[in-house]
Amino acid sequence: MNMILRIVGYIVLAPIIGGLLEGIDRKISAKMQRRVGPPILQPFYDVKKLFNKQVILVSRSQTFALISYLALMILTGAMFYAGMDILMCFFVMSTAATALYFAAMVTSSPYATMGANRELIQMMAYEPAVLLSCVGFYLAEGTFNVNEIAGSGKLDIIFLPGFFVAFVFILTIKMRKSPFDIATSHHMHQELVKGLTTEMGARNLAIFQVTEWYENVFLMGVVGLFFINGSYISVIYAIVAILLVYFLEILIDNTSARMKWENMLKITWIVTLFTAGVNLLVLMLVRVA
Amino acid sequence: MNIIPFLILFPFVMAVLMFCIRPNKVRNAIAYIGATVIMGGSFFLMGQWIMGGCKPIQLYYETHYADMAILCAEIILMIVVTFLCFKYKKYWVSILTIVPTCMMAYLELFGPKTAEIAHIYIDHLSILMCLIVGVIGALIVIYAVGYMHGYHHHHTDIEDRRYYFFTLLFLFLGAMFGFVLSESLLWIDFFWELTSVCSFLLIGYTRESIAITNSFRALWMNLLGGAALAIGIMYFTFTERNVSLHYLVKECMAGNNFAIIPVALIAFAALTKAAQLPFSTWLIGAMVAPTPSSALLHSATMVKAGIYVLFRLAPAMSGTITGNMIAFIGGFTFLITSVMAIAQSDGKKVLAFSTISNLGLMVACAGMGRPETIWAGVFLMIFHAISKSLLFQDVGATENALHSRDIEDMHGLLYILPRLATFMFIGIAGMFLAPFGMLIAKWSAFKASVDSGNIIMVFFIAFGSATTSFYWTKWMGKLVSHTHLTEEKVKDITKKNEIISLTIHAILMVLLCALFPLLSKVYVDPLLAEMFGKSSEVLPQSLLYMLVVIILFVFAVPAIAFKFSRTQQFNRKLSYMNGVNTGENKAFTDSMGEAKTLWLSNYYFYKMIGQRKLMLPSQMFAIAVLIVMMIMVIGGAA
Repeated sequence: MNMILRIVGYIVLAPIIGGLLEGIDRKISAKMQRRVGPPILQPFYDVKKLFNKQVILVSRSQTFALISYLALMILTGAMFYAGMDILMCFFVMSTAATALYFAAMVTSSPYATMGANRELIQMMAYEPAVLLSCVGFYLAEGTFNVNEIAGSGKLDIIFLPGFFVAFVFILTIKMRKSPFDIATSHHMHQELVKGLTTEMGARNLAIFQVTEWYENVFLMGVVGLFFINGSYISVIYAIVAILLVYFLEILIDNTSARMKWENMLKITWIVTLFTAGVNLLVLMLVRVA
Repeated sequence: MNIIPFLILFPFVMAVLMFCIRPNKVRNAIAYIGATVIMGGSFFLMGQWIMGGCKPIQLYYETHYADMAILCAEIILMIVVTFLCFKYKKYWVSILTIVPTCMMAYLELFGPKTAEIAHIYIDHLSILMCLIVGVIGALIVIYAVGYMHGYHHHHTDIEDRRYYFFTLLFLFLGAMFGFVLSESLLWIDFFWELTSVCSFLLIGYTRESIAITNSFRALWMNLLGGAALAIGIMYFTFTERNVSLHYLVKECMAGNNFAIIPVALIAFAALTKAAQLPFSTWLIGAMVAPTPSSALLHSATMVKAGIYVLFRLAPAMSGTITGNMIAFIGGFTFLITSVMAIAQSDGKKVLAFSTISNLGLMVACAGMGRPETIWAGVFLMIFHAISKSLLFQDVGATENALHSRDIEDMHGLLYILPRLATFMFIGIAGMFLAPFGMLIAKWSAFKASVDSGNIIMVFFIAFGSATTSFYWTKWMGKLVSHTHLTEEKVKDITKKNEIISLTIHAILMVLLCALFPLLSKVYVDPLLAEMFGKSSEVLPQSLLYMLVVIILFVFAVPAIAFKFSRTQQFNRKLSYMNGVNTGENKAFTDSMGEAKTLWLSNYYFYKMIGQRKLMLPSQMFAIAVLIVMMIMVIGGAA
């Protein structure tokens, strides 16, 4: 019963929370750039408008791929908040990401294809860190099950600082923030135009946007999982940590320029190896001893 | 159990028939019948074994005549290979066949008296192998009939020796049946050599100079493994007076020093057959052969022989130096070859690298030798067999129609050759996407390597699966891209029998995906119990439920989404090209005001991570690891 409640909660609340977070994001970014910025509810207005626009497509199949993307992402988040296997969640997430890649590739548009190719490189860059974070949880708690990890009474961040750093690092990629927004540049008139999303318009762009919200809420949940240990006070830790991480991402976004993909791949893998790797080594040694 | 000698001998009879019957139509008809009988035979064997209560069966204790026949065949094999070595002036390779054969002959005729053993052993693992060989192998034969027809239609410069080709295919199947059913190490050695020689002859089928070079590379690498196998058997026979494979494993588990060295040598032999680093190049070179033989070598038979042996040895290797080193080499191969696969744009080359890479993961699973890893390894093997066979056949059929197997030329294949592209899509999805079994197997291998504290394996899998997804996904992306650039009309000239084989593969793939939890419970768990002497449930119940949900979801959502996207009203526009569109999506206006064709290409990074750059260093590294392993094993046991 509890599980169903949580799944429904995620499905209903995630877009609202995700949209609000993005609104706040825009506001803070604007403040950092000494602008007034749009109202906090602006993302919702945008999506509403997108849904009402005339549907213009380059290829019919794009809608098909994007709906799959949305549905699979919802499944990922629902599985996570229902407390299932975290490794499986990420496997389904990578299938969802593949659907997004198809949505861009299917148009055969030069900019979208370029963005899609870069998206693939991004996936390759972040996947090791994601998988290793799951291993981190497994080593700390002896299980991949989200429910058991969350309710174990152990504060995971103490055991997993390196994994946490690696995960926050790849969050920049996943949240499409500069310097790693190489697949979908924030701004028009850059070398990529809008990359992956170049050919998405109207309802399709709205679907993409909502899916990003679902994704962000899922990812923030994973950030929170590092802090939650079943007690009420830990929920507060988790929320504070999530807000801090989100702020950090905004700060990084506004203070850095886009990187070349080669550098992104190299840096991400090196950071993963050093932070998650060292942490893993220590945990394994402790476990053996 | 008369079905066993039938299963082993029938393909040999078929081989002789194939060789003797020259009219194509008649031979094709007989090949169909033969393939069907082989498939039926393997099902019959399974049926009989299930009726007997799924218990291990040991047969044929007294086999003097069979021993002699096998010895004669082995000597004939040696003569044939030596003759070919001299014909093509590769004299030194002949040493690798003469020495082991003489050793075996000596052992058989003048060797010590060995204990009375069963020569045939049937259990879960060998039945599974029989099914893979029987079903996939037979389907490949059916496919080959149509494929070879088209092949010789296009390649008129190559002499039509189809009778010879089919002879080899059936010989191969017979050798594989013999190999997986044998318990006697002497028999295993013979069938081992037979598969090596068959693959050598198949690779050299076209007799072009590159084919001959590659076939000799395959030959010497496999014969080297065969020599290691022969030395291991000789050593074990002289020390223990026993030639039973199960006895060897049991002795090694009991800590008998005399069994450790043979296990290491046989594991080494398995590495050559499974094309692990440093022996990977033979499998890549094998791509010059016609597609059915690549499919046969890669998916159903040859390379799986190496994996099969490693699975047999797994309990003996668990936790030992040999096991750790084998696991290391497997993991290393998994990562490095998946990186190299990224740099390939030739469809068959990508398949070759991915085969080696996946075999690496299976080898690593066997090397770790825990129930969970073997569980993962068995599923990897099943799924890999089906999906690779499907992919090879499909790429072959696509090549016949498209006159190219370059992935870049498959741009928009879904709109040019929809049938073939769909099969390709299913095959690729089976290799890495949720909820197909490969992924679940990876999940289990990952968990097990954490459990056994194998840190380096964890890294190999984490990074290796990232690179694996990369090369598969970009291939899939090419298939779905919309505007196709080929101007001339492409006709789907796939023969009916090819389609039958492809369809059965695709259905098997999807069925297995759905039935996979059941298969795990009724078949693979008992297999593990048999192997390790205790039963263990690898897949937790909660995961099973989740799998069902994912499966329903992943199949239902696209179906609904597809329906929806068909009915939507929309306005079609050209794609964005900075306002320099020419009126169609295939071209843009360049700075001189002329229409320029648009080419979209994937990333390959071949200058950075190509085969030329990475292969040699990683081979050197693997050789170093192997030498260290051998020294440590022999030094430790002595």
